[in-house]
Amino acid sequence: MSTVTPTADETRTEPSRVAVRDVLARIGRYVFLCVVLAFFALPLLWLATAPFDDTPTIAASLPQFTLDNFRALLDNPYAMTSLLNSVWLAGGTALLVVTFAALAAYALSRVRVPGRDALLYGLLLLSSIVTGTATMVPLFELAFRLNLIDSRLGVILILTGGLLPAAIFILKDFMDATPTSYEESARVFGASPLQIMRHIVVPVVRPGLATVGVWAVANVWGNFLVPFLLLRGPDKAPAAVIMYTLYTEGGQADLRLLSTFSLLYSLPVALMFVFVSSRYGFRFHGGIKR
Amino acid sequence: MAAITLRELTKVYPNGVRALDALDLEIADGEFFALLGPSGCGKTTLLRTIAGLELSSGGSVRIGDRDVTSLPPGQRDVAMVFQDYALFPHMTVRDNIAYPLRIKKVGKADRQDKAARTADELGLSALLDRRPGQLSGGQQQRVALARAMACHPQVFLLDEPLSNLDARLRLEARTFLKRLQRELGVTTVFVTHDQAEALALADRIAVMEGGRIRQVGTPTEVFRRPANTFVAGFIGSTPMNLVPARVRGDELAVAAVRLPVPEDVRGELTDGEQVVYGVRPEYLDYSPEPASGALTGQVVVVENLGSFSLVSLDVPAEEPDAGATTSVQVVVPEGREPEPGDTGWVTPRPGRSLIYRDGELIGSTAEAAVPAPRTGVGADA
Repeated sequence: MSTVTPTADETRTEPSRVAVRDVLARIGRYVFLCVVLAFFALPLLWLATAPFDDTPTIAASLPQFTLDNFRALLDNPYAMTSLLNSVWLAGGTALLVVTFAALAAYALSRVRVPGRDALLYGLLLLSSIVTGTATMVPLFELAFRLNLIDSRLGVILILTGGLLPAAIFILKDFMDATPTSYEESARVFGASPLQIMRHIVVPVVRPGLATVGVWAVANVWGNFLVPFLLLRGPDKAPAAVIMYTLYTEGGQADLRLLSTFSLLYSLPVALMFVFVSSRYGFRFHGGIKR
Repeated sequence: MAAITLRELTKVYPNGVRALDALDLEIADGEFFALLGPSGCGKTTLLRTIAGLELSSGGSVRIGDRDVTSLPPGQRDVAMVFQDYALFPHMTVRDNIAYPLRIKKVGKADRQDKAARTADELGLSALLDRRPGQLSGGQQQRVALARAMACHPQVFLLDEPLSNLDARLRLEARTFLKRLQRELGVTTVFVTHDQAEALALADRIAVMEGGRIRQVGTPTEVFRRPANTFVAGFIGSTPMNLVPARVRGDELAVAAVRLPVPEDVRGELTDGEQVVYGVRPEYLDYSPEPASGALTGQVVVVENLGSFSLVSLDVPAEEPDAGATTSVQVVVPEGREPEPGDTGWVTPRPGRSLIYRDGELIGSTAEAAVPAPRTGVGADA
């Protein structure tokens, strides 16, 4: 019996020590998360307050409320047209990406091509290079030869080329998850391939198309390098490029204009995200609820 | 309405698999026909080849008086119900049913009217504005059937029509399906791996194995006189007992017992020949007391199957392999089950025994003149 008592004691102290360690670990984890959260939240907070501040600094603070900054921005000759230019570029690229990616993904999903997966992964790897800095010189050269310098079409085509592989990759997953019996069923009823695509495949993978469309818009919206190099004048430049010009004569960043423009610049994408997400729901893998 | 005629139909997949091997088959107008077999036997390929979703590598398919071998599925005038029903998830029930008519360019009002009427026939009127995701499995199946009916095809093709339903619903759907087919009178071919489903639904069954048809017949023929040991083992909820036997003059030496040779094959056997003696567990009577002309052995397993039990006995094998045993199964009604370890005697009912030589049935596969079956399992045993 004497050996039993110490063992019982030990089992009683053991859980309490574990509990203390548990609580400490949890506190540590939360503190760490708070620091990380603050790190990311502060710039957003600044974005929300600085545009309404009379004299914004680079610190987030309670603003001296004013709308003068917006008035000043409206006076800038390029600010508002640049947002419109961004819409053109983003919209055009998204349209091309979604259309071509849907067709390619459908074909790759349904037709057996030898080395299909290797092809996809290869393209995915190369795509990060296409819109990257490394290929800018040859791309510029190419655009020059094709007379696509200072043309929106040139920017759209290059951005489309860069985004397509990843878009095909995402959409192929959606297509793979759509049962072939849908299409076969329509085929038995006499539907043509184009009708099958229009009536069945596109509606069924619509969440995937929406995801890819939003993703393409966000990518183009934030792209600086390609339009900066290929478009000459400020009248065609998108917002990301115009942002770069918002400096005072002294070469200092004009925080009043910059913060206000940043807010206007981020709102459309954020709104689009909310709208599409509520309408279709984002999913990066295929499948439909049945 | 049309008959289906298959001649020398062959399908070889690019990887060399021979899914259909020179099949000949005739399905009569208005018939409810089952393609039955284990998975991989080619039954689904056959159905898809009739639909036109697979192109045959050789042979021909005729539906009615048209050769449809090389026609695309949309021009064959068939409708197919898929195993997963393939209802379009983004369309309402109404649009789903109207879809074949939309393809045929029927006006919107007309096709919606037609969809509503078809839905009404199948008791789906209340569900017209729902989406497939909001329906139960049984309702989804009926919508799929309604969609197939809406375009008035000459032939219905059903791929595993009941396999996606749970056990209870399956019985209900089986009765519903049989009645619907009777009423519509449309030639219907369905695929199943479930022999009970095939026996219950079909007018005739083709049992397939390895891309070939092993037997075609009515459920009664296929059940009572399987043409070969494959069909014998496949059909029936309890597989047929197949016991090695040797011909000894007018008798058969089966598992150390002499049984008379069945009358219908008496002239076709030679003395000393090795054959297989087949009898269904349902056609054996169990007795705890010695009986004449009975196989005897020790009870090993008793499986309770509700109103009856399946009893397995170890029966000593025929003379050359003295010491070895063969397993024989017998159906025993409730209340008469023996205990494992008991010694029991099983008597084959007259006219129910079959003799197989090299795996093939001796004698005709058509129903021979046999005494009327006694009602109830072993009612007077």
